[in-house]
Amino acid sequence: MSKIPSAAKHYDKKNWKDYAMSYVMILPAMIFFGLFCLYPLGNLFYLSFFRGNVRNPFKSFQGLQNYIDLFTMRPDFVPALYHTAYYTVVVLVLLIVLSVLCAVWLKKGRKIDHFAQSVIFPPHLVASISCAFVWSWMFSSESYGLFNTILNALGIKTVRWLQQTSTAMNCVIVMNVWKNIGYYSLIIMSALRSIPTEIYEAADLDSASPVKQFFKITLPLISPQLFFLLITITTGSFMVFDSIRVMTAGGPGDATQVICTWIYEYAFQNNNSLGLAAAGGIVLLVILVIITLLDFRGIEKKVHYQ
Amino acid sequence: MMKEMTFDRLITNDESKELSLKRRRKQFIRHLPGDILKLIVVILFVFPFYWMISTGFKTYVEAIQTPPTLWPHTFTLSNFQKISEMNIDLIMYSKNSVLITVTTIALQMVIMVPASYAFAKRDFPLKGVLFGVVLLAFMIPSQLTYISIYLMMSKAKLLQTLWPQIFPFGANAFGIFMLRQSFKQIPEELVESAHLDSASELQIMTRIMLPMSKSAMITIAMFSFISIWNNYFWPLVMTTSESVRPLTMAIQKLRDSGDAALQWNVLMAGNVILVVPVLLVYVFASKKILNAFAYNGLK
Repeated sequence: MSKIPSAAKHYDKKNWKDYAMSYVMILPAMIFFGLFCLYPLGNLFYLSFFRGNVRNPFKSFQGLQNYIDLFTMRPDFVPALYHTAYYTVVVLVLLIVLSVLCAVWLKKGRKIDHFAQSVIFPPHLVASISCAFVWSWMFSSESYGLFNTILNALGIKTVRWLQQTSTAMNCVIVMNVWKNIGYYSLIIMSALRSIPTEIYEAADLDSASPVKQFFKITLPLISPQLFFLLITITTGSFMVFDSIRVMTAGGPGDATQVICTWIYEYAFQNNNSLGLAAAGGIVLLVILVIITLLDFRGIEKKVHYQ
Repeated sequence: MMKEMTFDRLITNDESKELSLKRRRKQFIRHLPGDILKLIVVILFVFPFYWMISTGFKTYVEAIQTPPTLWPHTFTLSNFQKISEMNIDLIMYSKNSVLITVTTIALQMVIMVPASYAFAKRDFPLKGVLFGVVLLAFMIPSQLTYISIYLMMSKAKLLQTLWPQIFPFGANAFGIFMLRQSFKQIPEELVESAHLDSASELQIMTRIMLPMSKSAMITIAMFSFISIWNNYFWPLVMTTSESVRPLTMAIQKLRDSGDAALQWNVLMAGNVILVVPVLLVYVFASKKILNAFAYNGLK
């Protein structure tokens, strides 16, 4: 972005008409951003210092008490953070590894490759609640559930997939990986196709092994796209809500309670806890900012832009 | 091209015919394990949709039968009838979904085009800072803003209307970002010569900028459509009455108001209504849609 030179530029006052025109053009957008993005964020921060509910959000001033409560008095907030982190890390690793594998596998562009590519993509277009409902149906704990039928046929006992702590979160993860892998492999694929073949021909002449070619040529050249995946998957996973609410509703117990379902519960369902929900939101915001900064810092030097 | 070549040889030389056949058979065998694996992957991705649709046309008894039937043996449309018997007016929900989606995308376009044009082609003080606001808005998820927006909408007494589901998405930061990128690639000379012909800014936008940024516009509209049509979280927190809720909420209601046992066949029938339109569009325009989504990743 060429922001730096324009900042140093001298703006002539005679051009005010032209400037005014520009401001008129961006004014509607700025009003909407102000009303529905900046103000709500500031208000959320303000709310986090009060105790109250939806009808009377500013009932009593609490200072920092809400933040202290989150980490000391509320036994469910830190676990929610932990579950979100677990979900994010597993989804991130699975999605990146599988979508790169998938893209390399389907790169050749034979007919069957195009077909496979176009078939693994549509889950991304479909509402996550619909995907969640179908998978809940397949994961059904009854003996007529699809996966349990298969297990029973193999002589294995029925598993209560979504009703037991050890499997519930992993089932949600499987669903979300299934839903999103088509999109991310598509992005990696178009990056792979833009790598000039001469590079590989030269590597072949040097008799570099395919594995070596993958790590020394392919990965560095698709690093901008990998970086895009890293950012979008981490921030997206921290916001996971729909699939959790449909598949497990945070249960069993608190096993799949993530930060967004936690905030929702405290904002609308519990009594007098709007301020706590707001404080949880601010904590989430801080985490997001830290992750984004870390991602940029750590990877800035390693990403190879062509 | 390969076919023509082998065809040529076929006529000229019997030996090479055998050779090329051998080579093709060899290739076929070499590809076979991979191709079988690919077919398995294809089935893994298609099957859940198939399972949703086929369950939607099964009777309750058949849906919970063990072992499950692979296709509906008694094909029935009664599940859709059952939905309307449950006092769930699908037409109303669909109408809301369409209204919300169309109005939001229209509003986004009206706001997005001039803003992107100003950011791409015009110069003015504080441009960098104001574009920073766009980037910031791009990164703030709705899960952080909904509490305040809910309070705002409830104060404005708009919760009984469709507006709380439309206004908050009026300015599309992602769209402004993409469209600006696309406008930037249009040569400066075109804009200048239009200015010399004393074209107005509105004419430049509608006659030059937009026609030359078709693919960006299609991509943006598609992203908006998908995210609004499929939105579940926002209507869940922003609506208090059934009359303004979209289809996603109707399906949620199907599950919550299931009488005794959860009737998966009815629930799946509801999902069919939400999912099949999207899948149908995809079947007919998969190439365009794939290109649009790949295009986004490259920017």
